[in-house]
Amino acid sequence: MRTLPRRLGVAIIVAAIVAFLSIKLNAFRDYQIAEIAVEVTAVAGLTVLTGLSGQISLGNGAFMAIGAYATALLLIHLGWPFYVVLVVAAAVTAVTGAVVGVAAARLRGPYLAGATLMLGVALPSIAYVYPATFGGDQGLNVVFTVPAFLGVNFPLTRWQAWVSTLVALIVLVLLANLDRSRIGRNWRAVRDDEVAAALDGINVAAARIRAFVVSATSAGVAGALLAIVTGLVAPGAFTITLSIALLTAAVIGGLGSLPGALWGSLVIVLVPTYVTDVATGHGLSSTVGSNIPIVAYGVVLILVMLVFPQGIQGGLLRLISAFLGPGQKSRTRRIAPTPHVTPSADQASASQHEKEGTS
Amino acid sequence: MNRSQRRRWQAVAIMTVAALGVAACSSSSSSSSSASSSSSSSAALTASAPGITPTTITIGSHQPLTGPAAPGYSEIAPASNAYFQYVNANGGIYGRKIIYKYLNDAYDPTTTASVVRQLVLQDNVYAIFNGLGTPTHLAVVSFLNSEKVPDVFVASGCECWDNPTTYPETFGWQLDYVREGKILGQYVAQNFKGKKIAYFYQDDEFGMDGVKGLEDEIPASQVVSKQSYVDTNVNIAPQVAALRASGAQVVVAYSIPAFTALLKLDSLKLGYNPTLVVSSVGADPITLSGLLEAFAKQGGATVNGNQLTNGIITLGYLPSVGDTSNSWVALFTKVHNEYDAKEPLDGNFLYGMAVAYTFVEAMFKAGRNPTRADLVAAINGGLPQGPMVAPFAFSSTDHDGVTGGYIGIIQNGAVVQKGSVMVTDTSATGAVTPYTGSLQSPPASGIPSS
Repeated sequence: MRTLPRRLGVAIIVAAIVAFLSIKLNAFRDYQIAEIAVEVTAVAGLTVLTGLSGQISLGNGAFMAIGAYATALLLIHLGWPFYVVLVVAAAVTAVTGAVVGVAAARLRGPYLAGATLMLGVALPSIAYVYPATFGGDQGLNVVFTVPAFLGVNFPLTRWQAWVSTLVALIVLVLLANLDRSRIGRNWRAVRDDEVAAALDGINVAAARIRAFVVSATSAGVAGALLAIVTGLVAPGAFTITLSIALLTAAVIGGLGSLPGALWGSLVIVLVPTYVTDVATGHGLSSTVGSNIPIVAYGVVLILVMLVFPQGIQGGLLRLISAFLGPGQKSRTRRIAPTPHVTPSADQASASQHEKEGTS
Repeated sequence: MNRSQRRRWQAVAIMTVAALGVAACSSSSSSSSSASSSSSSSAALTASAPGITPTTITIGSHQPLTGPAAPGYSEIAPASNAYFQYVNANGGIYGRKIIYKYLNDAYDPTTTASVVRQLVLQDNVYAIFNGLGTPTHLAVVSFLNSEKVPDVFVASGCECWDNPTTYPETFGWQLDYVREGKILGQYVAQNFKGKKIAYFYQDDEFGMDGVKGLEDEIPASQVVSKQSYVDTNVNIAPQVAALRASGAQVVVAYSIPAFTALLKLDSLKLGYNPTLVVSSVGADPITLSGLLEAFAKQGGATVNGNQLTNGIITLGYLPSVGDTSNSWVALFTKVHNEYDAKEPLDGNFLYGMAVAYTFVEAMFKAGRNPTRADLVAAINGGLPQGPMVAPFAFSSTDHDGVTGGYIGIIQNGAVVQKGSVMVTDTSATGAVTPYTGSLQSPPASGIPSS
């Protein structure tokens, strides 16, 4: 338990840095900080699921949708304060995650991927079936305002950045504690060898379900944040591409590593904007320029997998241990050795879905 | 992989990162362009508003450059930009050059929310111009109005833009879907008496507004089926099967080009060949024929696009590209050949240039050193119809764009006008009447003046 103060300390330092940046940088950067915080929250949940408990989910976008729609509906119809809504939205997704987790605990590898893929594709479509409740394709508009005590001139984007960063940090600290607790150790045991774990008295099914609930809850919280950051909850935001982007971020950052979730999210959010700016700045023809971010995304993914097979965090740790000598090497073991479904399979399905989306 | 291979990869990665870094540095200096302050000046040009400097006006837009709506629509922003280049090369707007920054939102509302915030909060654009799409633009309309950014000539005919009380900054431009639905509906009701009619529409405000207009004119007893689609699902076989089963002889479609093409191809597969009546949004003959050929090729078949589009009934509110005697078509063809000859000269390209023309007109009217409010006031004061075939509705209480159009039938890849221009309003009871006013001609310079 001595690590708890250290983690809180790190969280407070990060919060201070974000607060400073949000005041120094322009409003759009604030918006990007908020976007990154949303992404980190969702990716952290997924990295715990895949990296620690060894399960895969291609459906976490659907859990984000549940959190986002719950938030929008509660804010619109009941007008509760956001922190209450956030807790309720998290609870709703936790329950859904438990239900899915019970089914998921019986499935392995590609079958689990398939089942969660179905969830990711089908669930957001419910919004089209009940347009009266969910607003159909148009979605629901969420009004989120700056509280009065900050004054009328306080920029909304800064407030959004603060709220989402705070929530993301709380989620990260909680996940970090789980990781180092008995629950986290059980997950790793189950991941590495289910039979051995069961012989050790670990309830394998319960551990797997628990991981699903934690992952779904994080995604739900991320969805709630997304609702207040973009001000719009629409099915277009929760396509299968989102679920795959989350998994991509987790893999790029380093499966099972919470700092890795941050690196992965930074790549996913910042690379497309940055590359678009470069592309338009060079006066490329629109058909070429508009496709460059997609190409860059692929290039980054391939490079990271080739250069840092254990993700950015794995690569960083390796570099650090190379500097510090062999004594520190044991820390790299925190990164999952191999994901349950090989990255090449993930990429194949990802690119296939992108093709379908753009045809 | 062994150690030396790994090192080589690391070198590749480092070089790539370095190249990107260099590219980023050089891009920051290349974006500004110098301008000549020519016109007979009465007052010095100042930085009168965000996005306006003594030499430039920067405007932004969100456009579907990739994704389901990109076929056809991705030509619109380059077309507008071609016209702006033409204006810039011929004196600009009171000497200022227009910088048009359009970002790709892939027709996804969440991405729209992000790129429009980038344009407004980071790039400080003067106005958002011609943001494309109903679901996409709805995601940012509140944000733009709360930031008091002029949101002009939205590339969508949704009735949602005509709301001057809630959205004082937002203006439509093209024919709204309700008016269009009424004009198309009147034609269908008069020419297909007693026939079975079905609707095929996009399941959002775009499709529903269109159906609302159609229902004002077409007797409900004739309508045998209503099928909708969502733009994220390209499998419309079940809907087409339902249309065929209903025995509809006429299908009225409120669909984007890709889905009009899918409707046609899926019908052909079932040997079903109803008369198609398609909203102007999804019926540009050149775009459609290209899509039909491309989609058929994906499925391993060869079709003649122009042959398949023959006989589609649609509506036009701009002169038809095929009408080479029209002076607007001549002007826009000249600009096209001079500034962006790579893109096809089709209805989408004409659309992009026409809307750019209207914007330049509004900017001249807004004055030498306009604030954002000046542009809004200029449009509220009404604009001449320019290239449109009917007048604009613009006033302080009406933010709809053009008020009418003509029925056209696609023949050999071109829309041929049939009958006169019809105008109407958006109410359920307002009559559809022939337009009696005359069309305008472009100024000799091709640029509107103060």
